[in-house]
Amino acid sequence: MMTIGTGSLRVDLRLIADMVVAGSRVLDVGCGEGALLDWLGTNKGVDGRGIELSMAGVSAAVSHGLSVIQGDADTDLKDYPSGAFDYVILSQTLQATYEPRTVLSHMLRIGRRAIVSFPNFGHWRVRMHLLARGRMPVTDTLAYTWYDTPNIHFCTIRDFLSLCRELGITVERSIPLGRDGKALAIPSCEGIANLFAHQALFVLSRKD
Amino acid sequence: MSSPDPLPPEFPPPSAGLSVELGRDRPIRLDCGVEMGPVMVAYQTYGRLNEQKSNAILICHALTGDHYVADPHPITGKPGWWSELVGPGRLFDTDRYFLICSNVLGGCMGTTGPMDVNAETGQPWGLNFPVITIGDMVKVQARLVDVLGIDQLFCVVGGSMGGMQALKWAEVYPERVFSAIPIASAARHSAQNIAFHEVGRQAIMADPDWCDGNYLLEGKRPHRGLAVARMAAHITYLSEPALHQKFGRNLQNRDTITYGFDADFQVESYLRHQGSAFVDRFDANSYLYITRAMDYFDLAAENGGVLANAFRGTRTRFCVVSFTSDWLFPTQESRAIVHALNAVAANVSFVEIKSDKGHDAFLLDEPEFHATLTGFLEGAAAHRGLPQAVRT
Repeated sequence: MMTIGTGSLRVDLRLIADMVVAGSRVLDVGCGEGALLDWLGTNKGVDGRGIELSMAGVSAAVSHGLSVIQGDADTDLKDYPSGAFDYVILSQTLQATYEPRTVLSHMLRIGRRAIVSFPNFGHWRVRMHLLARGRMPVTDTLAYTWYDTPNIHFCTIRDFLSLCRELGITVERSIPLGRDGKALAIPSCEGIANLFAHQALFVLSRKD
Repeated sequence: MSSPDPLPPEFPPPSAGLSVELGRDRPIRLDCGVEMGPVMVAYQTYGRLNEQKSNAILICHALTGDHYVADPHPITGKPGWWSELVGPGRLFDTDRYFLICSNVLGGCMGTTGPMDVNAETGQPWGLNFPVITIGDMVKVQARLVDVLGIDQLFCVVGGSMGGMQALKWAEVYPERVFSAIPIASAARHSAQNIAFHEVGRQAIMADPDWCDGNYLLEGKRPHRGLAVARMAAHITYLSEPALHQKFGRNLQNRDTITYGFDADFQVESYLRHQGSAFVDRFDANSYLYITRAMDYFDLAAENGGVLANAFRGTRTRFCVVSFTSDWLFPTQESRAIVHALNAVAANVSFVEIKSDKGHDAFLLDEPEFHATLTGFLEGAAAHRGLPQAVRT
């Protein structure tokens, strides 16, 4: 059983939780067992909903009294009406979607803001791994071999920002994260973050 | 639900079932246009209604179910169909909730149906009984809930046809439904399901003892036809793996096939038993009417062809549940409900439970299913301001 709302929250999720305004409406895409939703509901009075692919995750979340549906980002986001949520959160899942571009567009259609985090394929260790060994990188944050990874659309921070520009998305905040999910004390400028951040967290909004 | 504690001896209450007359002064207008009343409604309650009248759960039964949710069935003597889930400290906690279940309109266990006497003619209704819909069943239930003095139900829950009623409740009386749990159900009856029902109806009507629906006047009962209908339907409630596990190709009380049409196989014997046991407790014309009501159910069609319209502006909390091996009401039907609810940003949970027991899984011991329902009810109770479960 997951931790109850007042308990501890994974570091990177806590970082996301702190960005959410109390009393807002949140859709957590790929919410797992719903730890973030549970924390937000208990501590910030958030009206939270979740989407989760795994049957076990959904079952645990609903059994815990959370409003979570079984579904996935690729197929289920299109149903939601525009502007239904204040925040749509996609934590560590973008790289596992079939159509990250469409998913991102839907997130910003459904929510006033989107909060997205993903592993950064531009990290120097990843680059070194490929350069030195000539094999697909397997690191702490990317712990899968190429044939069994659920991550099918890796990107670097620079790639992601480029897509945001293309889609007319405003990057309100970008936070480079370390291996442990904590914010890194490095300049968040594109080039440096892309080299040294294991993961990255973005708060996005629509330009219009 | 893992080995529930033994219930105190006073539970369930020694009751032969309750009944109330509705619609004498104000007839109930059915979807077919007929004004019906008075109507007798047989029902059962468990637990106590709190002072605020905010803890009532309406349980809606399936096609061949009845209001004996947790009492021994008066005809078969078998435990109620959800008896494992009802009681103090159980999923439907009678220490905290007030449970109501009524026999549906058109039924044959005490609520007015085709086997009852039409006061105008002094004869059984038979096929003169008006064709009813899921919406009509819900209208009658709403009248019962009125009589019980309840404005808003904490929850409307049901499996299969019971789930259709839960959806209909949420559509027609959104303010009266705090939460709804449609289980193994659908927003419309599929072509395949209509087809199966038609097989059942034709089996009944092909029985000479059906007498064009007038068997009660003729002193006959179309037992063979109704039994065949039940046998065909029963297959659809199970799954291939469940049948295979239970029976395989095992022979019934014999070592070898007999080169005849006796029930050589256990599965044949089982189905014959299901058929013959069913006719003792169910009325053939009721079966025709209730299957028809399910066939006619199409919540999207009733809302301009867009299912989401049925739930626009809803504040009801939904929990939709399906089972992996249910091919009668497959997960895609539940998913269609969820998509429609998402489209209006409704509060919805949806779980597909892994089970090999087919459609009947909602009646069986499925711990994950029960955990889901318990968790959802706890969450809803917290939002409704009802006391939380005492955790020991």
